[in-house]
Amino acid sequence: MAAIEARNLTKVFGAGEAAVQALKGVSLAVEPGELVALMGPSGSGKTTLLRAISLIDPPTSGCVSVAGQTACDGDLVRLDARRLRREKMGIIFQAYNLIPFLTAQENVALVLTLNGVPRREAMRRARHLLETMDLGHRAETHPATLSGGEQQRVAVARAVANTPAVILADEPTAALDTERGKAVMDLLRRLGREQQAAVVVVTHDERMLDGFDRIYRMTDGRLA
Amino acid sequence: MNLAIRDVRYHLGRFLLTALGVGLLLATVMAMGGIYRGMVEDALSIVRAPGADLWVVQKDTNGPFAESSRIPEDIYRVIRAVPGVRDASPIAFQSLQLRVGERPLRVQLIGFRPGGLGAPPAVAEGRPIVRGRYDLLIDRKSGVPLGTEIRIGRSTFTVVGLTEGIVSNSGDPAAFVALRDAQEIQFQKANEAIRNDRARLAASLEEAPALRDVPPEALGGIVQDTRLANAILVRLEAWADPGEVAARIERWNHYRAMTTAEQEDVLAKSVIDRARQQILLFRIILLAVSTVIIGLIIYTLTMEKTRDIATLKIIGAPDWKIGGLILQQALVLGLLGYGLGAALIGLAFEYFPRRVAIWPLDQAILLGIVLAICVLASLLGIRRALSVDPTTAMGGG
Repeated sequence: MAAIEARNLTKVFGAGEAAVQALKGVSLAVEPGELVALMGPSGSGKTTLLRAISLIDPPTSGCVSVAGQTACDGDLVRLDARRLRREKMGIIFQAYNLIPFLTAQENVALVLTLNGVPRREAMRRARHLLETMDLGHRAETHPATLSGGEQQRVAVARAVANTPAVILADEPTAALDTERGKAVMDLLRRLGREQQAAVVVVTHDERMLDGFDRIYRMTDGRLA
Repeated sequence: MNLAIRDVRYHLGRFLLTALGVGLLLATVMAMGGIYRGMVEDALSIVRAPGADLWVVQKDTNGPFAESSRIPEDIYRVIRAVPGVRDASPIAFQSLQLRVGERPLRVQLIGFRPGGLGAPPAVAEGRPIVRGRYDLLIDRKSGVPLGTEIRIGRSTFTVVGLTEGIVSNSGDPAAFVALRDAQEIQFQKANEAIRNDRARLAASLEEAPALRDVPPEALGGIVQDTRLANAILVRLEAWADPGEVAARIERWNHYRAMTTAEQEDVLAKSVIDRARQQILLFRIILLAVSTVIIGLIIYTLTMEKTRDIATLKIIGAPDWKIGGLILQQALVLGLLGYGLGAALIGLAFEYFPRRVAIWPLDQAILLGIVLAICVLASLLGIRRALSVDPTTAMGGG
């Protein structure tokens, strides 16, 4: 069974003459342990597709199935979507989006505590995860004093901490130089394989595409 | 993991400064409450100091603290004979503006019979007035040292003792003298006024042939009667019923007998009621201002965290966790502000010119109000936080 399955997704912003169709019947399936890249120019609908799959911004029509839970035509209420994201998904942002008032370790531990892991155990696991990413020495540092590469590695750690079935990354290397960007991609690939997670990465950087199982190109709301 | 505490710790300096602002506001609320309590305590101190059970005052008046009350001094002898009365003494009250050296000093002058009721409960320094005339006891608050000589009316008084904590309802220190002295100060007329009164009376007598031969010196007692008091203090036997004794005294028709509780009521409800309402209104305004300020601070703090809240929603934080962050911050702000306010008022209340009485019960009630205000003030922030669109945390493409 596919970890992610999107069927005939459409997304319309606005109404009437001002309506813009950002997704035009997109279908996609990603198996556990599979790494998929979504390429395309700005405005092509990559991030919209990612938002639709993660139910952050549900599609106007179509069906989304994540880790066995299916929602069609936006019938999955937001609270359930949030629970689904909390329990089954790890999400990585272009701008890292670490919580500024939490340390690196606390940022990682947060997703574990949200899933009911006791605080002490969550902190221990977060520390261990950061150490495996060579960030142990930065565990008690707040994001503001971490470099961009370090922040994105912490964001990756946060996304994988709960061993999710699905990892979604939105331009994770856009704010990094090539070397740091590749390091983050390598980490994402390695952890995706290890955890048998379905990984979908939105990127427009051709240099980051090594090692992906499939590469989709999006143009005008359609997958090529 | 408590997000509110971590946010507070991360922005500690800014948060403390904000809490200090809230604290100053709450300190003002506490001070206003303390001023009100102090005003009541001051007012009641002068009623309670003599330790009387009944106050006999002029008929149809509310006693010397509310209005003018004059009764003959010697009525106390008759009152002593009423069953249930253990002791009775005349007392005189008068507000006076003295001059101590070059300094003007406003006092509440109290005249009592040495050995009778109405003496201050204790003399903190010096000696009490036993029977001497032209001796004066004054409250420490006046700043007048022992041995100071003060001119009042035609006489010079010497400060022989200092009392503590007895002031009038307007905060003026109490000064005690012998009743005879107080009567002279209050009722004795100037020589010119006495001469004028005598002449007026003599002219009137001219029209009454039967009284034409009255010698002029006999008119002295008519034109100048200083044997008056403002009230008679009455102490009852333990078994006596104050209501019954008061009713018996009032049956004479010329006097009104009030219990000390009634006298306190007159002071608390009539004399200082307007000031109380004013302070209460001011406190309500300050609390409303505090609510708005805390609400705005919390709203601003929430607005600053819009992106973080969106991120929390994306990683799956439930609404109660996000709402809890806002509510807890509001409560921490309120508690910190309350603590700082209480500390400030604790350090400063002794330096206020009038008594500021901070009651633990008042403080506890205020704490409850502050917590309620924080909950109320956080609602706007919580509403804002819950309406944050999670897509705010993501880019487009």
